[in-house]
Amino acid sequence: MNYISVSNNQRIDIQQIPEITYDLFFELNTGFIISHPERHCVNYYGFKISDKIKLICCIADDNTHEIFISSCIIGDSTTLIAFTSKLLCFEKFEREIHENFGIQYIAHPWLKPLRYPYNRFDKSKTIANYPFYSIDSEELHEVGVGPIHAGVIEPGHFRFICNGEQILHLEIQLGYQHRGIEQLFIEKKNLLQRTILAENIAGDTVVGHTTVFSHIWESLCGFQSSRDIQFARTLALEMERIAIHTGDLSAVCTDIAYQLGSSVFGRLRTPIINFMQEWCGNRLSKGLIRPGKNQFTFTQNLANRLNEVLNTFEPDFDEMCKQLFKLPSALSRFERTGVVSYDDVLSIGTVGLSARMSNLNRDVRLSHPYSLYNEFNHEPIYKRHGDVYSRVQIRKLEVKQSIEYIRKLLVNIPDYEEKAYMNSPKPNSFAISMVEGWRGEICHCAITDDNGDFLHYKVKDPSFHNWMALALSVRNNEISDFPICNKSFNLSYCGHDL
Amino acid sequence: MLIFILILIAAIFFSGIIIRTKSIFSGRKGPGILQPIKDVIRLFRKGSVYSQTTSFVFQIAPTVYFASVIMAMLVVPFGQYKGFISFNGDFIFFAYVLALGKFFSIISAMDTGSSFEGMGASREALYSMLAEPAFFILMGSLALLTGHLSFQEIFAALHIGSYITYALAILATFVILMIAMIENSRMPIDDPKTHLELTMIHEVMILDNSGFDLGLILTTGYLKFAIYGALIVNLFVGVIPYGYTIPMFFIIQFLVAIAIGTIESFMARFRMGHNAQFIFALTSVSLLIFFGALLILGKFI
Repeated sequence: MNYISVSNNQRIDIQQIPEITYDLFFELNTGFIISHPERHCVNYYGFKISDKIKLICCIADDNTHEIFISSCIIGDSTTLIAFTSKLLCFEKFEREIHENFGIQYIAHPWLKPLRYPYNRFDKSKTIANYPFYSIDSEELHEVGVGPIHAGVIEPGHFRFICNGEQILHLEIQLGYQHRGIEQLFIEKKNLLQRTILAENIAGDTVVGHTTVFSHIWESLCGFQSSRDIQFARTLALEMERIAIHTGDLSAVCTDIAYQLGSSVFGRLRTPIINFMQEWCGNRLSKGLIRPGKNQFTFTQNLANRLNEVLNTFEPDFDEMCKQLFKLPSALSRFERTGVVSYDDVLSIGTVGLSARMSNLNRDVRLSHPYSLYNEFNHEPIYKRHGDVYSRVQIRKLEVKQSIEYIRKLLVNIPDYEEKAYMNSPKPNSFAISMVEGWRGEICHCAITDDNGDFLHYKVKDPSFHNWMALALSVRNNEISDFPICNKSFNLSYCGHDL
Repeated sequence: MLIFILILIAAIFFSGIIIRTKSIFSGRKGPGILQPIKDVIRLFRKGSVYSQTTSFVFQIAPTVYFASVIMAMLVVPFGQYKGFISFNGDFIFFAYVLALGKFFSIISAMDTGSSFEGMGASREALYSMLAEPAFFILMGSLALLTGHLSFQEIFAALHIGSYITYALAILATFVILMIAMIENSRMPIDDPKTHLELTMIHEVMILDNSGFDLGLILTTGYLKFAIYGALIVNLFVGVIPYGYTIPMFFIIQFLVAIAIGTIESFMARFRMGHNAQFIFALTSVSLLIFFGALLILGKFI
């Protein structure tokens, strides 16, 4: 066998991953995906072992719930054939490897810097001299937006090539938010420090990233989490989904200048995050998820409060959605705006909401279940058109679905179990964990050294793939529709830049 | 003279009432009615910052823009009473002196060399160009109907009595209201509240203006609203005596402000590409008025 098949949250010895030659590695991994829409690359990265580079590629199969892991050792700054020549979904991953280790790729169409890490291979490439795709035309014009966002959220530079009001091309340059998260995971030796680091990968996906980190840590330690821990995580993930989706509906309404929707959805988000404060003392759920323990017990009192919150939330939410989705001026902004076709999302390998909007099945809750998701018979929500309307509809329906799941969870609250003893991580291990955050699949991979310490830690936020979907969605749209396309995806800058 | 003062008073409250209406509809208390004016006074106390890429055009434009609106105010009558100036064809003067101000605001936006402001300028130019026929067909029909050529004579001769004149007055109110929305870059054409440069029209053109200049531009916007409100008032007051017209003036201005606030609360902005159609549709509404005028005059056989 050229690869090893694992399941989500499984620990294996690093020696169990077969090392093969690059040619075989290339054939194997591209072969996995070509004409298999149910498979996609969840992580592909490299790390240094002495003067060699080890590449690890993880391909997930949604139908069989497996993840195929293979590896390959190559020399420093060699020249290789790019996976991207066959499959565009590897584009970002290979850019990252190129940037970190100076590996030259043949037949890679877009070998540009990604996030400018401190120890990148070519230090002469800086954020100031990014090679933008440019045009030499009298008719077309370029519009640069950023890096300071008009709403002062996160920095990123967007370069449009326009024909009048029409966008022909959008190039997104990120990297302004790079903090060296992956390196910090190795440098910080304390578990609490690492957990807090995971909480801060992306401020809007606190529960998502912390849950993945906790899963990784627990599988490295061989710890079986008790039901009350899993309960808390599942509940928190769904609460985060409700809060962010509602907030995004509000933001989409702001962008189409629909004041009523903007203020009502904005108000509706507040009780949800305020409930998180009641539960764990932080509105963004920081401090709630910890590896190996249930930090804040979910009591019957809290359950009653949450029922109350949801009972007042749901009628208002339904009414506002009804208003929004029958308002002609809003519908004319949503429909057929920012379309990404099924073929496009498949080829660039988007995940989560950005895949489901175009009828592509990507939902870790179904394909690689964890925590209590097995008990829900989860049915992902799909739309077909891939436009802003589909994305907004999915948000609405997912909020409804999450409320339903939370109600199911609240029927049977597990008792608090005494904190079980957790071993330290096993040495020379590899673990992979995936969680469906509200934005889509979050994947972390960890490798431990001889002492059980992190040798390498890899984070992949869903935004990593999905930014490309935004760039494709705005093509041939009006430039004034860019903000609403952007907001309907609501991708993370810091999740991408790490 | 009287109308000049009335417009100034209305301008002080107009924007505040719109903002207050929007706040109340979104469930908030909102700022005080006078907040926009307080903001302007604050800006007037400040100096201006000029970008090094701009020329003198950028510096004189706000003043010209402001002056053009003051000039336009001079010809606005109050029912049977003249404005400061009145002559045959003064509504043409009115339209083009406003256009002159707009022209300066457009070239000052181009002067900054920013790609955003250029986009805003091209949108503004397009939309005001498309709105122009609607205004002239409207005024032309009224001139045809009354047989006069100046604002004051037209409005003094306008008698609303029969059903068809009611219909015409309502259509004319609609057209003037919408032209006011377009000229002031309000919803559903433009979103004055947005922070996103790519979707702005008017706001993006004044991104580089600051301090005193910005204050002038904002004041001009408030005045423009009040001027168009005054035109709507004029459609109705006719020869009614002072005692009734002054309260009527403020009531109609108030209602117009509330109407704008309501539209902005319960509607999404149009897609930019649909704006042109919408504005052009105003011209066809004006044509209806034209045919109505022909009908009243018995020109149809």
